[in-house]
Amino acid sequence: MKDEPVEKHTIAVLVDNEPGVLARVIGLFSGRGYNIESLTVAEVETGKRLSRITIVTSGTRMIIEQIKAQLNRLVPIHRVSDLTDEGPSVERELALIKVAGRGEPRVESLRIADIFRARVVDSTNESFVFEMTGSTGKLDAFIKLMEPLGLVDVARTGVVAISRGAKGL
Amino acid sequence: MSDDRMTGAQMLIRSLLDQGVDVVFGYPGGAVLPIYDEVFKQNRLRHILVRHEQGAVHAAEGYARSTGKVGVVLVTSGPGATNAVTGLTDALMDSIPIVCITGQVPTHLIGNDAFQEADTTGITRPCTKHNYLVKHVDDLARTMHEAFYVARSGRPGPVVVDLPKDVQFDTGTYVRPDQVEHKSYRPQTRPESDLIDRAVDMIAAAKRPVFYVGGGVINAGPHASELLTRFVRMTGYPCTQTLMGLGAFPASDPLSLGMLGMHGMYEANMAMHSCDLLINIGARFDDRVTGRLDAFAPGSKKIHVDIDPSSINKNVPVDLAVVGDAGAVLEAMIGRWKEKQAKPDSKALQVWWDQIDEWRGRQCLRYTPSDTLIKPQYALERLYALTREREDVFISTEVGQHQMWAAQFLRFEKPNRWMTSGGLGTMGYGLPAAVGVQVAHPDALVIDVAGEASVLMNIQELSTAVQYKLPIKVFILNNEWMGMVRQWQELLHGGRYSESYTAALPDFVRLAEAFGLVGLRASKPGEVDDVIREMMAVDRPVLVDVRVDPKENCFPMIPSGAAHNEMLLGPDDRAEAPVSEEGMVLV
Ligand SMILES: Cc1cc2nc3c(=O)[nH]c(=O)nc-3n(C[C@H](O)[C@H](O)[C@H](O)COP(=O)(O)OP(=O)(O)OC[C@H]3O[C@@H](n4cnc5c(N)ncnc54)[C@H](O)[C@@H]3O)c2cc1C
Ligand SMILES: Cc1ncc(C[n+]2csc(CCOP(=O)(O)OP(=O)(O)O)c2C)c(N)n1
Repeated sequence: MKDEPVEKHTIAVLVDNEPGVLARVIGLFSGRGYNIESLTVAEVETGKRLSRITIVTSGTRMIIEQIKAQLNRLVPIHRVSDLTDEGPSVERELALIKVAGRGEPRVESLRIADIFRARVVDSTNESFVFEMTGSTGKLDAFIKLMEPLGLVDVARTGVVAISRGAKGL
Repeated sequence: MSDDRMTGAQMLIRSLLDQGVDVVFGYPGGAVLPIYDEVFKQNRLRHILVRHEQGAVHAAEGYARSTGKVGVVLVTSGPGATNAVTGLTDALMDSIPIVCITGQVPTHLIGNDAFQEADTTGITRPCTKHNYLVKHVDDLARTMHEAFYVARSGRPGPVVVDLPKDVQFDTGTYVRPDQVEHKSYRPQTRPESDLIDRAVDMIAAAKRPVFYVGGGVINAGPHASELLTRFVRMTGYPCTQTLMGLGAFPASDPLSLGMLGMHGMYEANMAMHSCDLLINIGARFDDRVTGRLDAFAPGSKKIHVDIDPSSINKNVPVDLAVVGDAGAVLEAMIGRWKEKQAKPDSKALQVWWDQIDEWRGRQCLRYTPSDTLIKPQYALERLYALTREREDVFISTEVGQHQMWAAQFLRFEKPNRWMTSGGLGTMGYGLPAAVGVQVAHPDALVIDVAGEASVLMNIQELSTAVQYKLPIKVFILNNEWMGMVRQWQELLHGGRYSESYTAALPDFVRLAEAFGLVGLRASKPGEVDDVIREMMAVDRPVLVDVRVDPKENCFPMIPSGAAHNEMLLGPDDRAEAPVSEEGMVLV
């Protein structure tokens, strides 16, 4: 069992937006030693006070199944959906990237941002803040390119994801 | 309409009554005074004043396990709540339905490090099935009804309702249980019918089958135990029980192999090791049961029936998983078995039973009797012999060797008669649990089989038993050692008995008398029957100090990290099976 391959899964969870619900989910992962690669949460149905949590996690097949069963067992949880298993899905992440510098590096950062379709959302004489949306890999690549050009700060949202096609969660 | 307007404290009492609660185990304090005021003003709800909040939870567990109802606890904020944490964790591990109401500082002081403030919902989140902080009085009644629903539904467990003091004073509107429906929590209880079909086919086709049944059958109610007994008898297959499942199948039935696992029966473990089909009903493949996982029931197909999908494929991958209530599943299986007119392979079954009988022939519970020292096994054999005629015997235990011997030597014909701390292994559980059982069954014979070390952990509850004239019997197998610890040190740590001997023990007879109990003692084998008879004859709480052989070890035993077929049957087996390095690190 030890040699089973580790898989990466994106799991969407619909929960009651009540106090402590995020602590329950995070406590479950830390208490049972599961990985969290990223976790995002926001209210999505205000009328019904439902929030959607997107978790990227990794583990063997048995662990992934266990994570889903454990999530499902939490009382305020409405639905758990394994987007990785349940057909194609779209995953996006947003990053804000601050780069400081003057002269050639500054111009270079702007040029690369253009290629990556990153938007400038703040600029001063010696800095830019880029906003960029895309897959985690694309964000990683852009940030790596910014490193030698005066990268100061990165803020990332973590992955949000949704299944392709007409069906909802 | 105005009928429904009341204070939070009144609402709390009303909701308990509407939930059919007749007893609350509790301890007062500043943050629950308004509730205690309402307790004072009424006489439908009985309050049992314990001596420590941990005792309150264990008592409620004993009450719950012996009745099938939800046990209720009421404690104050801060230290009251933190004292309850061990009991809550115990109830979570053993799937016992509990609703625990904790007082909290007033809402406007929460977060200010107020007097006796503790983050109760934060502390208890990982040790409850669910918990609530009620900030508005109009949410209180609904929350209480939800708490009961969550505690008893699906896989049962403890639920905490944290109630700030200002909410207890506020006035709001009460709602009845039938006006409340939970938004999302709907555990699956009915099994899918094609799974039943496949299960029955697998069961009928087996050649070396074994039923492995656990606490889930007890959780499913006494009817599930009846159905289990019926189904097992229809098949003629052997049936072994976990520590938590004792009583789910009658111990006297020839099909019963008794308990399996670390200190289980040789024949049960060998049957598990050699079976071709393992039928798990309401058990969770605990490590005390499986032993070394990669050598667990090799070459068998496995069916797992459990109400909690997270129990399935957690430790042991299975071939067929049936999610549902044990009672509902067994009923469906019996129906399908009859429809199909299933017939087990009687030739194969005969060969299997011959093999099992050979294992039984090893008489794994044999011990060396003594004329001078009371062997703990002997004391329990006598306890069983002298109480077996009575229909209404309830046993609780503490944790250690005595607990395992009790599981081996006391035999249970019915569910809900055996209260023990299995998952957490909480020393100090048995005495308060016995208090709770006796509250629920005032005329029954309720015995806490105890170790002298464990019983000291909640000894204060003797005082509760005396106050409420609960004639519990505390039967201490006093070996002066933390016997289970000493046994592991002997087997695994070269006999270096580090801190496992209690060099100063109280005189338990005088201790009992000081608390107002009857204290008895047996020091020689010849005295055992007499003290048991006297203990049973006295209609008051009794403590018996049975001075047993201090050096006896509990066998059979699967050393940690070993497989089912590597059992030690007695002290002489030891040399042949040294414990592996991997085994050493296991608990
Ligand atoms: C010192 C010590 C030694 C021990 N040695 C042993 C030993 O030798 N052998 C042994 O067996 N145990 C032993 N134990 C106990 C062990 O630690 C576990 O507590 C025990 O094995 C678990 O029992 P179980 O599998 O029946 O599960 P439980 O803890 O009783 O869990 C019940 C299972 O049933 C499910 N369930 C609940 N309700 C229902 C329902 N209505 N329908 C269907 N399923 C349901 C639950 O989801 C869960 O999976 C020992 C404990 C101690 C302290
Ligand atoms: C609260 C708690 N602390 C420590 C332990 C570890 N432990 C398990 S058994 C045991 C010894 C129990 O001694 P005793 O009650 O005398 O029973 P015996 O084994 O001698 O029958 C200890 C210390 C435990 N299970 N629970």
